[in-house]
Amino acid sequence: MSLENTTEPGAEQEFQDPGVPFHRPRKADVDPKAADKAERQTAAIFGLSIVGTIVALVGYFGMDMGESVTSIRTFNAVLGLGIALAMLGIGIGAIHWAKTLMRDHEMVEERHEMRSSDEAREGAIQNLKDGVEDSGLAGPKRRTLLKGSMITALAIAPLAFLVPQIASMGGDWNVSKFRHTMWAKGVRLTKDPDGTPIKAADVTIGSAFHVIPDGLNELEHGKIEEKAKAVVLLVRLNPEDLNVQEGREDWSFDGIVAYSKICTHVGCPVALYEQQTHHLLCPCHQSTFDVANGAKVVFGPAKRPLPQLPIEVDDEGYIVAKSDFHEPVGPSFWDRLMGDDSTDDEETSH
Amino acid sequence: MGAKLNAAASGTANYVDERTGVGALVKYFSRKLFPDHWSFMLGEVALYSFVVLLLSGVFITAYFEPSMTIVEYDGPLETMQGVEMSKAFESTLHMSFEVPGGLLMRQIHHWAALMFTAAIVIHMARVFFTGAFRKPRELNWLVGFTLMILSLAGGFTGYSLPDDVLSGNGLRIIDGVIKSVPILGSYISFWLFGGEFPGEVLIPRLFTAHILLVPGLILALVAVHLFLVFLHKHTQYPGGGRTHKNVVGLPLFPVYTAKAGGFFFVVFGIIAILGALFTINPVWNYGPYDPSPVSAGTQPDWYILFVDGALRLMPGWLGPIPFEWHIFGITLPMNILIPAVIIPGLFFTTLALYPWIEAWATGDRGEKHVLDRPRNAPTRTGIGVALISFYMILAMEGSNDIIANLFHLSLNDLTWTFRIAIFVVPPTLFWVTKRIAMGLQRKDRELVLHGHETGRIVRHEHGEYIEVHEPLSDQELWLRVNYENIAPFDAPEEYNEAGVRRKGMRWQRFKARLSRFYFEDRVEPVTPAEYAEAQHHHGSHDDAAHESEHELAEAAKD
Repeated sequence: MSLENTTEPGAEQEFQDPGVPFHRPRKADVDPKAADKAERQTAAIFGLSIVGTIVALVGYFGMDMGESVTSIRTFNAVLGLGIALAMLGIGIGAIHWAKTLMRDHEMVEERHEMRSSDEAREGAIQNLKDGVEDSGLAGPKRRTLLKGSMITALAIAPLAFLVPQIASMGGDWNVSKFRHTMWAKGVRLTKDPDGTPIKAADVTIGSAFHVIPDGLNELEHGKIEEKAKAVVLLVRLNPEDLNVQEGREDWSFDGIVAYSKICTHVGCPVALYEQQTHHLLCPCHQSTFDVANGAKVVFGPAKRPLPQLPIEVDDEGYIVAKSDFHEPVGPSFWDRLMGDDSTDDEETSH
Repeated sequence: MGAKLNAAASGTANYVDERTGVGALVKYFSRKLFPDHWSFMLGEVALYSFVVLLLSGVFITAYFEPSMTIVEYDGPLETMQGVEMSKAFESTLHMSFEVPGGLLMRQIHHWAALMFTAAIVIHMARVFFTGAFRKPRELNWLVGFTLMILSLAGGFTGYSLPDDVLSGNGLRIIDGVIKSVPILGSYISFWLFGGEFPGEVLIPRLFTAHILLVPGLILALVAVHLFLVFLHKHTQYPGGGRTHKNVVGLPLFPVYTAKAGGFFFVVFGIIAILGALFTINPVWNYGPYDPSPVSAGTQPDWYILFVDGALRLMPGWLGPIPFEWHIFGITLPMNILIPAVIIPGLFFTTLALYPWIEAWATGDRGEKHVLDRPRNAPTRTGIGVALISFYMILAMEGSNDIIANLFHLSLNDLTWTFRIAIFVVPPTLFWVTKRIAMGLQRKDRELVLHGHETGRIVRHEHGEYIEVHEPLSDQELWLRVNYENIAPFDAPEEYNEAGVRRKGMRWQRFKARLSRFYFEDRVEPVTPAEYAEAQHHHGSHDDAAHESEHELAEAAKD
């Protein structure tokens, strides 16, 4: 690429493509000894692969995997490393062969434009035109009725197949189920997971209980679905610290409050309670709720406070619910505030 | 022996060819040329990880029971004795602790999945930064994009199958996100779970998606993806003798048969090492799904982190402004919709449409087979880095608890830092990257015009000292002068010569604005005239004045 220095500046001239770089011979290309050495190396690497296969098979048949996590991990390591060696030996051997011994002169191939030739295009269009005319969709007598009816039939036929399928997949489609939980007047608060009832006297200041409704463990069907909605966190604060919310004066008992454990953000269990700050933290997305203050959001992505479960103490001193939650637990949804009839009834009854 | 073998081979070949005519295909494919570059192996890593996924996955299906029926554990693992769990979880434990090689296959499968998604994303980044998505490959970019989405779907459905506490909470988050969707949310949730969360049908449904639908689609699209690679012939990096009209490389047989075939075994071997030595997803430590417990500091698989991070980043309240809106009795949880639906939606749509966005700005209709060096496309490179930083910030926020714990930082402060960073960092990095790319282009100009510094100082007769510069080799020079210099275009006049108003002016103006955004700042390659003049001047002493002339290169700026 030499440009004449005598060229006038600004003259129309282009740099010239120097072409594909010259092939630089490798050691094995010029020295037969080096080539023989490369062959031996490749063979040795393939040999390692054979060793790997043997290791894997001997390990598999010769070792006892045992029943503890440690013994299984050892078994795993021997078997896995045997497989790895078997594979890597083949791979590295083949690549070494290609890089040292296979001819590596770069070659050039022409590309062709993707576009088909004008001739081919015209032919294609003509064929389609002929076909359309043969079918009767175009031409002297256009059969528009045919076209319309066919398109309509094709468009709606999938419904016959898909609608029943999709419609069956949602079970009973009773989406108002997640407005209600198992909690009702008089249902005891019991410990998760064994279901022992909790006495108010056992809840010391600063302690927190993970709670499920009494009877949950005895459910034959839908236990896990009910648990997913009904889990509650019970906390006792020093009554002086508790800032009772307006209209909820009788929802707590001597500093004991119960809140839904299902995050109002996207529904993770809000399981981490910080005794000092009275904060409840959801480990999934770190929404933080202030238990002393109506479980209002103090940080994170949640917007609504956790729903509060109204509680009282029964004749035997056990903590019981006064009613179900007064709002749907868990994440928000489109018609959450519209409510269904049953919710309204419940609210008026309390 | 050899002759016999030859006769047998040619006999078989003849038999097959007479019945299929495959000879023409072999002739066409066997010596097809492929350019050589390490970055072309990224797509291969993805493909080979997928093969390993299929191989290990078949074994796993032989033991996994996709059932949510509750059973009591009665196996060798003492910590789980008597614990109630789904059959899905129990069979996962059985496979891990009682089937020899079962745990290894599970771990190989999981590591292969992480490798698969990672390789796809990095391959995609390579295609982006080198402009390999340009005509005629836009459609193949879309195929690849769809494969990326499918890999996420494959990963997530598989992650959920063991029905452990972690994956169960992951599904509950998905359920929460689905419920936030306007109007249909509750119904989509019921449709997916077959009723209320978690129901009894989800695992079987996810299983079918995971072992049939998703891999079936991936296989079909991989076939399309590779077919188009063959049809278009592979792109090549710039260099001597390489043009948009040719392909320079080595033949499929034997060189790439050995290299790419061998590379499959290397990828397999590396995944086997990971599976052998590095525990992944030890579900026996997490326990079966139960809607009540959750543990702190747990992480989803890496490819989901960004969604989790976005959910964490979004505040429910910004001072007095709530991000759940109640309008006419309906509820719009923007604190979920923005991070989990709108942001990923916009992010992925931008990615999918990128080839067309850039084509609007260039207005170029030609086929591009020579790749760009990223510095020669400063705006694109800047956009790419900005998108990656956006993604990374969300992923880091997804690990904010781990980061806070590790560096003893306040979780809340860290979240606030990321909340600000998500607005500040991507635009800043766009600008910085673009400037660095242009700086590298200027460096190229300087090299072309003045050659390499040699460090040799020579004294002239008249007493002046100069450093000797060595001219670039032909190949070095060609690489630096032969790139496309795209200038922005203007929108056509609103009224043509006849005074008639043009249609689609708004679209034309948009494209012109886009073109200015891309190409207004640019560094022009050295022209032959400039080069000739520099050669002429070489050795003379007005280097400083000389420099300033080349500032002309940026004249197009205003």
